[in-house]
This record gives sequence, structure tokens and C-alpha cells, in this order.
Amino acid sequence: MAAAEGSGAGGAAKPLFAGLSDVSISEDIPVEGEITVPVGSCSPDEDYSTLDEPVRDTIMRDLKAVGKKFVHVMYPKKSSALLRDWDLWGPLVLCVSLALMLQGGSADSKEDGGPQFAEVFVIIWFGAVVITLNSKLLGGTISFFQSLCVLGYCVLPLTVAMLVCRLVLLAGSGTVSFIVRLIVVMAMFAWSTLASTAFLADSQPPNRKALVIYPIFLFYFVISWMILTFTAQ
Amino acid sequence: MAASDQLRFHEFDEAADLLAATPDATTTSVSERQSHVALDVGSSYDENEEGDESDKTELLSGQKQPPSFWTFEYYQAFFDVDTYQVLDRIKGSLLPLPGKNFVRHYLRNNPDLYGPFWICTTLVFTLAISGNLSNFLEKHGNTSFRYSPQFHKVTIAGVAIYCYAGLVPLALWGYLQWRKGVCLNVASYTLLETVCVYGYSLSVYIPASVLWLIPVSWLQWLLIATAMTLSGSVLVLTFWPLIRLDSRAATLAVLTIVLALHALLAVGCKLYFFQKPLHDYPPPFLKDGRAV
Repeated sequence: MAAAEGSGAGGAAKPLFAGLSDVSISEDIPVEGEITVPVGSCSPDEDYSTLDEPVRDTIMRDLKAVGKKFVHVMYPKKSSALLRDWDLWGPLVLCVSLALMLQGGSADSKEDGGPQFAEVFVIIWFGAVVITLNSKLLGGTISFFQSLCVLGYCVLPLTVAMLVCRLVLLAGSGTVSFIVRLIVVMAMFAWSTLASTAFLADSQPPNRKALVIYPIFLFYFVISWMILTFTAQ
Repeated sequence: MAASDQLRFHEFDEAADLLAATPDATTTSVSERQSHVALDVGSSYDENEEGDESDKTELLSGQKQPPSFWTFEYYQAFFDVDTYQVLDRIKGSLLPLPGKNFVRHYLRNNPDLYGPFWICTTLVFTLAISGNLSNFLEKHGNTSFRYSPQFHKVTIAGVAIYCYAGLVPLALWGYLQWRKGVCLNVASYTLLETVCVYGYSLSVYIPASVLWLIPVSWLQWLLIATAMTLSGSVLVLTFWPLIRLDSRAATLAVLTIVLALHALLAVGCKLYFFQKPLHDYPPPFLKDGRAV
């Protein structure tokens, strides 16, 4: 190289890069790799196959996704499945089942009773929307539907608590059953709040985390209150 | 040689002569010039900064306007608070001090909607839940009583609190705006600041509504009085500087109406959500063993 430079500086008449054709790869350095470029598999066969697959496969795929998210909620770790691949099927199923179970609470008169189906539905969905708007207005980086998805899925522990409460109420409605229900509902409320906080807290600006977590706390507290005060007819 | 001689450092002979002749004058002038230079540097630095900013704003004004009413960023400006600021404002509304005008001292041109909205929501649910609990505790011993969640109370509480916290500040702001046109001594806060003050002033009712569970009559009225005093004084201290230069009648009228509405809210909530304590209404089956 130095010799080439020296000769280049000495003889100004030589064309540039004259010596490059002399360069050759040494024989003992193996050159490996594929030169062929993989063709994008946008053949019509693939679209055709998902359209043509059995309905059972389509449904099972979505059910598996929902089930996987349920597992993520019950064991909250920092997983991106809930956030990245959001869906609203799970929250819908949970909300409807919770509202159905809460319906028909005791009443002497019809308006003095527990929350009706529509009230529970509205509280859950409207509450989730308001909390999402709140976190976005405070500067959160999470998207609207991701946040709805997380808040909806984290109602799962409370739905489990509702199921347990109804079973306990079948056994009896005295003080012991009340204490059991209280403990179960409080535990599930804490679980819900911690799970949703684990998913949502990272996307908030650091000095406003408490401002975002408090409405979530209030939301699950109200749902827990509705579950705890449910009395069978 | 000439080149190297030119390159050598030379004393400025004229300056040296001048220094020798009149040392004081030159030194002061030099120092003055230096200080002038320093000032100029300072002011020009500021000017440069301002100039830069004004340049930037000029540059940006062609591209960026304040966000329009229909965009999301417009509303983000109402939520530009940190946790400690919200806690500070709540503290300021719970313990009003005569010297500290809430708007000037705590809001400082940064009113927010977070506090009023979530304080009202919390108050709605606290009232409904405490009312339900107190109803349960009061009628617990009565055998004919069956517990019911009384969920419709949430709706009623919600309507009452949100209407109060939304419409009364609007009315007060409208009145002050009108009065500002009539009498020049009256100032006004912005609508957002008025809503903010009213929202934060309701925060004292949250612990009060929890404490109203205690079924002791005189304690409940004492709590109402305390809550109304604290909350009302926040409002009075905030709006007094605006209207004190107005005519006496108008000032008194405004303050009376503000306090009266506040008292109406407090007493109304107390009477509707919290029943009278036990010893005022003895249960029927205790009267001579016969049902009344």
C-alpha cells in the first residue's frame, strides 16, 4: 500500500486507482454466504389458505390469543403481548359476564336495588374510556385501544371474585360469608390494580404516575364495591 | 528580517504614553469601557436570546398557531400538572390561609381540569357509598330491614355535584365579566380558574362525607359547619380581591349567594344521603311492643 502511494505521489501521470486491479483476495480466506434473494411470499396461496381454513381454526386462534392474555393478567409480568396485540374481545366477555352476574341484585322496589346491567356496562366502558383519556391528556405514550385493552383485561380478577361471591352467597349470607367475601374482593381488587399498574405505569411521565394511578384505583374500587354489596334475592 | 519583526509582539507605544500621562483617566475609561462592554455583552446576550426567540417565534408563527379547539393538544394544556402540584393545591384548599389567594398563590396561571374533575368524581362515589353504609348501619338492628345497594344514589349524587361544579362557576364568571364592563374596579379570573377554584374547594367534603358515617348528631352538624367554613373561606378569599372595590350592595350580594349555594349543597347532601341518627327515630317495634 505504502509503495503504491509512494509511486502514485512520484508519478503524477498515472491514472487513479490504477493498482486496484492487481488486488486479489487471498485464497485462504473463505467467502461464504447466500447470494440468492428470498422472494417475498406474497403468493396468493397464503391468503387463500387463511380464507379457506376451517372456521374452527380461526376461532381457536382468537380464543388462544384471548386466553394467553388472561394468563398474562393473572401473572403480571412485563410482557408486550397485552400491549402490542391488543384486542377488545376479552374485555367485552368479562364486562358482559360481570354485568350479568351483578344483575338481579336484591330489591324491594325496582329502583332501590343493585346496579342494572346497563349501569354496570356503562360504568366499566365509560370509566375505562375516561381513564384512558386522562392518561393520554397527562402525556402518556400508550395508545387509546391499548389502554382500553389493559383496563378491560384487568377486570378478570374481579370477575373471578364475583363468581366466588355468588358461590359463597349460595352457601349462606351471614357474617362469616360477608367476611369471606370481603377478603376475597379486597384481594382481587389489589390484584387488579397492581396488574393494570404494572402494564400502564411505564408509559406515563415519571412525575405524574400517581395522577394516572389514582383514577385506576378509583375505577376498580367502585367495581369492587358493586361486587361486595351484591346480595342475592 | 522584516517578516519576523512583524511577527514579534510589539508594545503599543501610544497607549503606553497615554497611560504615563494621565493614568487615572485612561484606567477609568478602560474600566468603563470594559464594564460597558460587559453590560453590552450581557444585554446583547439577552437580546440575542430574545432575538433568537423572537426570531424563532417569527419563524414558527408562520407554521405553528395555538392549537385549535378541536385538536387534542388544546385539551392537553388543561392537564399540565405534576403530582406535587395537585397535592399542593388540595392542601391549599383544605387549609385556607388569609394571605394566600388560591388563584394567585397556587394556580399561578396554570389552572388544570384534572383536580376538579377527579375530586368531583371521588366526591360522588364517596357520598353514595357513605350514604349507603350509613343507611345500613342505622337500620342494622331493624329486623324488617333488607340491605340494598341503592345504586340510584350514585346517579343523583353525580348529577348534583357535576351540575354544581360546572354551572355555578360559569354563572359566577359570567356575572364578573358583566360587572367588569359596568364597574371598572372589578377584575375577573378566567373561566378555567373559576372552575378550578370551585373544584378544589369541594375537596374538603370528601373526608367530611366519610366522617359523616359516625352516627352522632352534634358531630355531624359540627362537621358540616367546619367543612362549610373551610370551603367557603377558600371561595371568599379568592373572590374578595376581585369585587371589594365594587359597590357594597353588589359585593355583599355576590358573596352571600356564593356562600348560600355552597351551604345548600352541603346541607342537601347531608340530609339526602345520610339519614337522621338513631335516637331521633326510635324503631317502631320498641313502642309498647306494638307496631306504630
